[in-house]
Amino acid sequence: MKEFTEVQGVTAPIELSNIDTDMIIPKQFLKTIKRSGLGEGLFYEMRYDEKGNLNKNFILNEKPFSDSKILIAFENFGCGSSREHAPWAIKDFGINVILAISFADIFFNNCFKNGILPIKLNKEEIDFIISNLQKYKNILKVNLINQVITLGTSDIKFDIESHRKESLLNGWDDIDLTLKHKEKITSYEENNPNSFWIHIER
Amino acid sequence: MQPQTIFDKIWSSHIVNEDKNGECLIYIDRHLVHEVTSPQAFEGLKTKKRVVRRPNLTLAVPDHNVPTIDRTKGIVDNESRIQVDTLLKNCKDFSVPFFNIDDERQGIVHIIGPEQGFTLPGTTLVCGDSHTSTHGAFGSLAFGIGTSEVEHVLSTQTLIQKPAKNFLIKFTNKLGKGVTAKDVILYLIGQIGTAGGTGYVLEYAGEIIDDMSMEERMTICNMSIEAGARAGLIAPDEKTFDYLYNKPLAPKGKDWDMAVKCWLKLKSDPDAKYEKTLLIDASKIEPQVTWGTSPEDVLTINSTIPNPEQYTNSEKKKSVIRSLKYMDLKPGQKLTDVEIDKVFIGSCTNGRIEDLRKASKILKGNKINPNVKAFVVPGSGLVKKQAEAEGLDKIFKSSGFEWREPGCSMCLAMNADKLKPYERCASTSNRNFEGRQGRLGRTHLVSPEMAAAAAIKGKLFDVRKI
Ligand code: SF4
Repeated sequence: MKEFTEVQGVTAPIELSNIDTDMIIPKQFLKTIKRSGLGEGLFYEMRYDEKGNLNKNFILNEKPFSDSKILIAFENFGCGSSREHAPWAIKDFGINVILAISFADIFFNNCFKNGILPIKLNKEEIDFIISNLQKYKNILKVNLINQVITLGTSDIKFDIESHRKESLLNGWDDIDLTLKHKEKITSYEENNPNSFWIHIER
Repeated sequence: MQPQTIFDKIWSSHIVNEDKNGECLIYIDRHLVHEVTSPQAFEGLKTKKRVVRRPNLTLAVPDHNVPTIDRTKGIVDNESRIQVDTLLKNCKDFSVPFFNIDDERQGIVHIIGPEQGFTLPGTTLVCGDSHTSTHGAFGSLAFGIGTSEVEHVLSTQTLIQKPAKNFLIKFTNKLGKGVTAKDVILYLIGQIGTAGGTGYVLEYAGEIIDDMSMEERMTICNMSIEAGARAGLIAPDEKTFDYLYNKPLAPKGKDWDMAVKCWLKLKSDPDAKYEKTLLIDASKIEPQVTWGTSPEDVLTINSTIPNPEQYTNSEKKKSVIRSLKYMDLKPGQKLTDVEIDKVFIGSCTNGRIEDLRKASKILKGNKINPNVKAFVVPGSGLVKKQAEAEGLDKIFKSSGFEWREPGCSMCLAMNADKLKPYERCASTSNRNFEGRQGRLGRTHLVSPEMAAAAAIKGKLFDVRKI
């Protein structure tokens, strides 16, 4: 995975709570056996009308937001289905950072596996950013090393678990990291007193 | 030793490694796989030349994409067929056991796991699917994961996780007549909201849970994810063991006896600590139905549609206005006046044998409303076979329902079963999101009994009055 340090770009506010993964990428795009190309389907039912024409009123269809690198929303972002197609679509569209008041667990996890940085801010901070974005051409800068979001002259600090930060900064692959513990896994399996019923013979 | 909850017990016995940040590598005992969330994981293994560490602890089945009518021609939809074929090829390449669509054991992942005895108490169980929480009904720590994590489990049989917090949902008193497990879980989601369980494992306890069958407990745990929870958990008891006894993949003979001894110790200790506890008076719960586009938009059947003006939170007000517009409902309208076009009985929430028995009991001797198109999709081939042996298919068919082949079907409408734009459906599934059952389709989540009642009346209806 590519290393993540800093993102600067247009930020699109989608002022909704409970943006679910069915909304982010509807089912007709789940039939793919690939990870790529899903940006086309991002927020499909909001971006296109019934005939497949662009819906002019949807934010990601307007300039400059069609080139957004950052999304901002309210509570419980990414709830519902576990589909990793949601972060794949977001990433493929060109978005690398999501700011929200809260995230659903599985989606939050999935973001990190794909080099997307989900940031939790409180309601006041989200409201502040949304109401002041326009003044600064809708541009935010998100710096992971210093854990700072910059809007014009204001800086907002954010929290991130240290191991997640390290993984993103280095572009590490979790499986490679885990395979370093191979011996521990084997020893767990060998010493597990329950293995007589956990093991399946076939 | 400190008193522990059932979650604490399962968690602590699965830690392979713990780092200084409290992040753990936990061992995964059971992994269910389906066609939609696995192709990219297998592809990842292939590109990096990795293997599946414990194929025998894995079980795969196609369910999301499969047709529910006439399977003799195979899968007609090109993309669906490729996805299912890809799953079968990957399973063969990596020696992962699977059930193909012509196998009577095929069905929805969360139905076949318990049915095969693959799901067991005290295990950690994962699947690339959010409703993996279903298996918590057996006292298995079960949760949904993303595709990258599917690949992680396939190749390492472990996951990187932080422990969840404990949330006890304790029910007091008994349920009223005609009130079901589905009503209980919908009611709970209405109380705590779709983010109320985020970061927690919900443990369900109380007399009504003890009294529930395994099928009902699965319905409860299934929708824990709709409350945002990582998992649902119910301590295993005699009913759990009776259900699992002699199932194909459950331990046998002496191993069984010893396993039961281990499982009996899983129950939360009497003074175990919970970060949160909620008491719910079960006698207050009535049949529930959702009116909006989130499972928390739920009311008892004898209510009227809410007025957005009654919400002080401006953001909630906006979302209610949006939902009402999408659902084409007016504030003050009676739920029982809402006419429906379709009825869907099925899904991993309510597609088990007992659900079909209960719905058919309401339908027996009745005809469905001529304006309604209704169909039943059994959760698995074995559910279908059992229902047919009991003659339930005949009851459904003679009332006017269609009787289909097993799969996810119109729970998420990835196959041909969809709502048309603006069609309104009473559905026993778990999500009423915009477009979930078909673009612009309108979903009302209900119990199987309420779905049967709606089919007969042609509108949402209180099943207690049938
Ligand atoms: S029945 Fe519905 S919720 Fe259950 S696994 Fe299938 S699609 Fe998911």
